[in-house]
Amino acid sequence: MTGTLAAIGAGLAVIGAGIGLGQIGGKAVEAIARQPEASGDIRGAMILMAAFMEGAALIAILLAFFIG
Amino acid sequence: MRKIFLSLFCCLALSFCLVAQQNSGHSHDGHDHSSHDHSGHDHSGHDHSSHDHSGHDHSSHDHGGHAHTNNITTPCGSAAQVIHHEGYDPSATAIHHISDANVFTIMDMIRIPLPMIIYNKDRGLEFFMSSKFSAGHHDDGHYGYKDYVMMHGNIHRLKCPGFADQDHYEVAGFDVQKHKDAAGKDHETPYAIIGGKAYEIEQKTIWDGGLLGGGITSFYDLSPTKNVVSMILVCLLFFFLFRKAAKAYANRVGQAPSGIQSFLEPVVQFIRDDVAVPFIGEGKYERFFPLLLTIFFFILGLNLWGQVPFLGSVNVTGSLTVTAVLAIIVFLISNFNGNKHYWQHIFNMPGVPWFVKIILTPVELLGMFIKPLTLMLRLAGNISAGHIAILSFVGLIFIFGNAGQSMAGSITGVAMAIPLTIFMMAIELIVAFVQAFVFTLLAASYIGAAIEDHDHH
Repeated sequence: MTGTLAAIGAGLAVIGAGIGLGQIGGKAVEAIARQPEASGDIRGAMILMAAFMEGAALIAILLAFFIG
Repeated sequence: MRKIFLSLFCCLALSFCLVAQQNSGHSHDGHDHSSHDHSGHDHSGHDHSSHDHSGHDHSSHDHGGHAHTNNITTPCGSAAQVIHHEGYDPSATAIHHISDANVFTIMDMIRIPLPMIIYNKDRGLEFFMSSKFSAGHHDDGHYGYKDYVMMHGNIHRLKCPGFADQDHYEVAGFDVQKHKDAAGKDHETPYAIIGGKAYEIEQKTIWDGGLLGGGITSFYDLSPTKNVVSMILVCLLFFFLFRKAAKAYANRVGQAPSGIQSFLEPVVQFIRDDVAVPFIGEGKYERFFPLLLTIFFFILGLNLWGQVPFLGSVNVTGSLTVTAVLAIIVFLISNFNGNKHYWQHIFNMPGVPWFVKIILTPVELLGMFIKPLTLMLRLAGNISAGHIAILSFVGLIFIFGNAGQSMAGSITGVAMAIPLTIFMMAIELIVAFVQAFVFTLLAASYIGAAIEDHDHH
């Protein structure tokens, strides 16, 4: 089994990404609930932040994929 | 609208150039093949007849644990037979299906041959159709043409002499030998089995052009592959759609939009009002708006094209080469338009003590390159991951069905795979739009950061 360590790394990356996505989504929903009139801006910022976070997670996963 | 066509075709031409260079094969990535020259220990490690290398353990060849394997001892002409590996390998299947290919396969039944444009140093440019290989199951070619054979949908060149003047010969199958070199690294060497003998073929690299050890091929494959053909088709489709919309704007001044116009107008307006204006700025966004629209529709079109079931599972935007070209375009445009403030913030951050600058400047410089790198990885990773997830769910059928042995297992697999696949495809449909939007939005924010005015200093 060559991919074992890489698979663990990918799993850790996904845990981190999951925590990040949960934070972003939860806070965005809270913010929209507090100020529904700003929901458009909040949604845009949420997607942008999620994309940044996901980029970091995907680098880890692709490294695991290619090196493992 | 005319600007959109222009940048669309610039984009297409650039992508074409780079994709044509991409020789995506199957999963040899990560393994170091660079020590695979004929002079090193590697090949003598192959050759059981040379017993003088007492320092290396020749018996430790790992043949993958299969019940019976070919014992290939020389690169050219060892006796070998075609081995049908029993069992189902989900990851190899997934990689094969998301790779680019020299043949357009629809449902493993219809194979549309593609033109081949090959350049090699010995014979110059060569043109032929990939139907010469007569690809069958797994897109393995049944016949060879000159010294080219088709393995898993990709053209490979035989390393052995004696085939260059043969136009048509039968290829029984392919085999991959796993072995370890003196340093203990794993190697995989592909062989074509022709007339009961194994002949080594060149590796094809998947994503790095051989820079990270995949081995550079002795020929350049400039042919329009499955991905390139998809790109051309999608670009032509958008060309006609936008032409129609542009004509409608000329003919129907002051009237409500109609037909395809009413689909495109809100999308264009959305990109303008939610992406271009907030991130680049009112009055400055017009210069970059055609580029942003081109990027958005190019990615969106190809994402959706890859979602069409049974249509060859094209993975254009999931290919790192395509996304690399898009990222390079964004990188060049944002940096060439970078103003004084942009460069000052990279090399000489104002209002920061000198000892912080020693750390900050390298970080900012790195960030300049990491931005397009993440653009590239995010899109390719998301789209490839979606394709792999769908293929894995479809693979459940074969895993439960024990590769076609068990009927009850297959039915269970189908019952699980269909809802999971539909669910995944629904998610992928959202991802197709979100990723096109995110790429455009980040491109706009990078361009916006480069041309931003800093009045507060």
